Amino acid sequence: MPKIIKNRAVIEDSWQLLREAPVDGLPDGPIIVPLSYWLEQREALSQRGCVGVWLASDQPPAPLADDLANIPVVAVDFPLFTDGRGFSYGRTLREHHGYKGEVRAVGQFIRDQLFYLSRCGFDAFAIETADPEKSLASLDDFSSAYSAAIDEPLPWFRR
Amino acid sequence: MYQYNKHDQQLVNERARQFRGQAERFLAGELTPQQFLPLRLQNGLYEQRLAYMLRIAIPYGTLNSRQLRKLADISRRYDKGFGHFSTRQNMQLNWPQLEDVPQILEELASVEMHAIQTSGNCIRNTTADHFSGVAADEIEDARPYCEIIRQWSTFHPEFAFLPRKFKIAVCGSESDRAAMHVHDVGIEIVRNAQGETGFKILVGGGLGRTPVIAEVINEFLPKQHLLTYLEAVLRVYNQLGRRDNKFRARIKILVRAMGPEAFRAKVEAEWVYLKDGPNTLTDEAIAHAQSFFQTPAYPALDDSNEQAALDQQATADAHFARWLKYNTSLHKQPGYAIVTLSLKTTGYPPGDATAEQMEAVADLADRFGFGEIRSSHHQNLILPDIRKSDLRAVWEAVKAIGFATPNIGHLTDIICCPGGDYCSLANAKSIPIAEAIQRRFDDIDYVYDLGELDLNISGCMNACGHHHVGHIGILGVDKKGAEFYQISLGGNQGKDASLGQILGPSFSQADVPDVVEKILQTYVDRREDGELFLGTFRRIGLEPFKERVYA
Repeated sequence: MPKIIKNRAVIEDSWQLLREAPVDGLPDGPIIVPLSYWLEQREALSQRGCVGVWLASDQPPAPLADDLANIPVVAVDFPLFTDGRGFSYGRTLREHHGYKGEVRAVGQFIRDQLFYLSRCGFDAFAIETADPEKSLASLDDFSSAYSAAIDEPLPWFRR
Repeated sequence: MYQYNKHDQQLVNERARQFRGQAERFLAGELTPQQFLPLRLQNGLYEQRLAYMLRIAIPYGTLNSRQLRKLADISRRYDKGFGHFSTRQNMQLNWPQLEDVPQILEELASVEMHAIQTSGNCIRNTTADHFSGVAADEIEDARPYCEIIRQWSTFHPEFAFLPRKFKIAVCGSESDRAAMHVHDVGIEIVRNAQGETGFKILVGGGLGRTPVIAEVINEFLPKQHLLTYLEAVLRVYNQLGRRDNKFRARIKILVRAMGPEAFRAKVEAEWVYLKDGPNTLTDEAIAHAQSFFQTPAYPALDDSNEQAALDQQATADAHFARWLKYNTSLHKQPGYAIVTLSLKTTGYPPGDATAEQMEAVADLADRFGFGEIRSSHHQNLILPDIRKSDLRAVWEAVKAIGFATPNIGHLTDIICCPGGDYCSLANAKSIPIAEAIQRRFDDIDYVYDLGELDLNISGCMNACGHHHVGHIGILGVDKKGAEFYQISLGGNQGKDASLGQILGPSFSQADVPDVVEKILQTYVDRREDGELFLGTFRRIGLEPFKERVYA
């Protein structure tokens, strides 16, 4: 099983990311499906259970708003690590929608972004661009911050 | 000025350490050049034509003598003994070695400085009126709000990978000395009828390939909402700004495509979630920021006595009188003046200062000016607090280091990017053009007769030299591999900002001084009583200039 970073530790991960909508039947085990597929098959997928949804970088989480209680994992794709839209999706998932499940970064993000991603509400990182064990250290690039975010709801000037 | 607490210091130290690790991983091949690129840019490190360039942040153009001495020291030990003050109030080193940069960042951290977010697609160093806190026409000091924005934007986790760079300028005076209208966000400090402080928010201005004057999206934002509103603006931009084309990615393109009203509606919709949230500024937070920018311990002076003594000195020495007239500005404190040091002496690249000059300026600031220095987007340095009775001594000292050219706000006080001599983006050189113009117009009385005049030069479309908002703008262009110069007229950066209109086909380097001369002759011939260049241009339009130049 591939290794990912989850809750600041490297773990074996069983979620399977389906980049394309499945054509003939779903694989066994926990799966993460494209947003469009979820929206088409919402009923069936909710029945199945163990289904997460991934958002492309041009797909804000708003269409999932009513379904989030049934979705254990929302993954946000970074097709390029310089495409920063997903940082806003992390925050809006947590702040606008009050999402409490796993927010997972997938795709081409780099370890140097882990600190910011975690501040934006991401708690799982399926990192492909570096060794997960080595990357853990980047979660602690800074010991504190100025601006309010998910991890620290108060800005420095109010603490 | 602002002083770091333990928290600020720890963060810049950690940033220096983080970059050291990134540079090591890059040199070891663990980070690809593509991955390292934005990381180094967000620490101000560019790869230029011949070497790396390190852009050091001077937050809102404010620095103290200790910091300026450190910049001198760094430029001497890690560079070729000079630095370049840029149009974004920062200082650039032109020849640092990559291997030395982590060390330089650590040295900067030791004097509460850094190069954080001076480049890259993130919120850049916030710029401000360089006379903030001392200008006679000030409504309210911009610096405390700039510092609040600096802290909020530094390492902002959501906005470090924006579609493109994002520049904020703040101005709290009657005259706009911060070029608010050509920034991604311009913030004008205003008062409402009740005398409460708020901000007029302008969005979507910018220069570069597509110059745009900003649109007002909020006439009066109460001060406590500054950060939540900015956060809403940035969040809309981060999600909707174009990412498919670098040249269409700035917020100005988004605002233009959506229309300012639709953009404003999006911001308001996002703001619903953020307004009154934790980022709302408290009175204590504002008062705390303001506490760092209290006026210095000025002695109580009778301005008329001080002025009378100064007038006497000026009467006795025409050179001193000239410098006083052109290189000092009205101060809000009786008996004081603001001194602008001209980094625009013919024969030296505009904005450049040697280590020795920086040290001399630091000494002057300590001796006469409460240890404080400003850098301006005009690429000059400022001693903001000089007692009128000290002006004569300051002038003598400034003359000795070559910063007393009495040309501030006039033709030869040219804004000029480093251009093709250094910059890998440039299409053409810009420094030699500035010099050729300065040499051609070496008759200072003629320069004075022309009145206030902004001549701005950029070596390429990226417009670091702000050519679009120069009364006369010069842009370096590439014409089949040869360097040519396109001229525009009628730009202006103040509250009545306008973009220059292109005169016509471009000129060779050798022709530029003649062309400028013809433009100036046209103005002199056509001006009416007391009319400045911009006024004449706006009255008569482009045509008469065109006829003369292309005759």
